Amino acid sequence: MSDLSLMVNGKRVSGTAEDRTLLVHFLRENLGLTGTHVGCDTSQCGACVVHVDGKAVKSCSMLAVQASGSSVVTIEGLANGADLHPVQAAFKEHHGLQCGFCTPGMIMTATDMIARHPEGLDEATVRAELEGNICRCTGYHNIVKAILAASKTMAKGVKGKAKQAA
Amino acid sequence: MYSVNYHRATSVADAAKLVKSGDAKLLSGGMTLIPAMKTRLAAPSDLVDLSRIKELQGVKVSGKTVTIGAATTHYDVANDEKLKKACPALAHMASLIGDPAVRHRGTIGGSIANNDPAADYPAALLALGATIVTNKREIGADKFFKGLFETALKDGEIITAVSFSAPAKAAYEKFRNPASRYAIVGVFVAKGKDGVSVAVTGAGDDGVFRSKEIEAALVKNFAASALDGVKVPAKNLMTDIHASAEYRANLIAVMAKRAVAAANV
Ligand SMILES: Cc1cc2nc3c(=O)[nH]c(=O)nc-3n(C[C@H](O)[C@H](O)[C@H](O)COP(=O)(O)OP(=O)(O)OC[C@H]3O[C@@H](n4cnc5c(N)ncnc54)[C@H](O)[C@@H]3O)c2cc1C
Ligand code: FES
Ligand code: FES
Repeated sequence: MSDLSLMVNGKRVSGTAEDRTLLVHFLRENLGLTGTHVGCDTSQCGACVVHVDGKAVKSCSMLAVQASGSSVVTIEGLANGADLHPVQAAFKEHHGLQCGFCTPGMIMTATDMIARHPEGLDEATVRAELEGNICRCTGYHNIVKAILAASKTMAKGVKGKAKQAA
Repeated sequence: MYSVNYHRATSVADAAKLVKSGDAKLLSGGMTLIPAMKTRLAAPSDLVDLSRIKELQGVKVSGKTVTIGAATTHYDVANDEKLKKACPALAHMASLIGDPAVRHRGTIGGSIANNDPAADYPAALLALGATIVTNKREIGADKFFKGLFETALKDGEIITAVSFSAPAKAAYEKFRNPASRYAIVGVFVAKGKDGVSVAVTGAGDDGVFRSKEIEAALVKNFAASALDGVKVPAKNLMTDIHASAEYRANLIAVMAKRAVAAANV
């Protein structure tokens, strides 16, 4: 057992967990943040993607105790009250989801991708960057459209508070 | 996953002490070890986390000499501005590993310690004639990689860095498995003051190796056309559900040609 102390979605969180507890299970079971999903055993699907210290990582492939001292952002941390984050809004607008299982991971990957490409994104880059996120429903087309649209909106300097949360 | 005790090392010396406890294993990016623990293929009693040790982080370039700390992530290697100038081929290679989330955590030290027969770094380090530095000694890449998932590392020995002299020309070409995106064949070519060296990953029965046939053709003439008609023997190449040994042999020549063309741009 270890004592953990980390920031989650801007709030200080302390707790105790077995050392073998994966970050995704700590988020879901200890903190009740069930937006982060588990879709595979092989670190390949990306349903579990969250940001740790500003970088997209697979929370199924990291121990919770490894994140102690870090700052974590999950899908629950993106919206500002009822105002969706621009990436969330674009997924809604462009029908970037069907069952929604992959969506939290897609959106966390997308916000990280947009942040790493301030020069803007093209379709080939978005598709290559989605390498680690699998969707069984949409065929990716509308996900790519949503990310391209969101990256344009965000570049236009829509400076809502939601943007800062990402 | 079986129960495990986690330790966060603060220095290499601290890690060397901690790794002596029980059946401990070093933990770097965890992109190989944690999935293996989840499926119970690995069950260490203790984990010694190297990822917060400052002295293991970062890329240094001084003159022609490049040194990369063992806990430097694939993302940091791919995006290092000094490395992009000194050896763009290696930065590009790192950008082809796995996916963005894997690159954010996976490290060069973990990759070469694991020595997966389809991993990318072993081909690069063998072709670059790199030196692997540990807390005990320095090992040439040709002595370090010893077959499938095997290296010259002793129990508890910690890789601290890799270093090499920047080549005049180099490039990496990877033919990916369409599902896993690991290399079915990956070829790293490097032309330096000691000649031409060509290392192949993903294909060898015994892990990464240098292709004598391709090197012999390129020593005379470092041009893609020099490889026209060069045959790589299928002997000692892997056959699995993804590709036969003969197909891999052909791919090695094709990837080598593309790599030489890219290196000459
Ligand atoms: C979805 C996915 C896709 C991937 N695709 C690719 C790919 O295309 N190409 C590729 O090459 N790799 C790929 N990988 C593997 C990835 O590159 C890993 O980062 C790498 O294999 C292991 O590095 P790590 O830092 O995560 O090591 P860890 O998983 O932490 O450790 C791996 C092993 O190395 C040992 N070790 C770690 N650091 C040291 C050290 N400093 N000294 C001595 N021993 C040490 C550990 O004890 C352990 O046995 C992929 C992984 C995943 C999950
Ligand atoms: S649940 Fe993490 S990658 Fe699939
Ligand atoms: S919307 Fe169903 S898995 Fe992507």
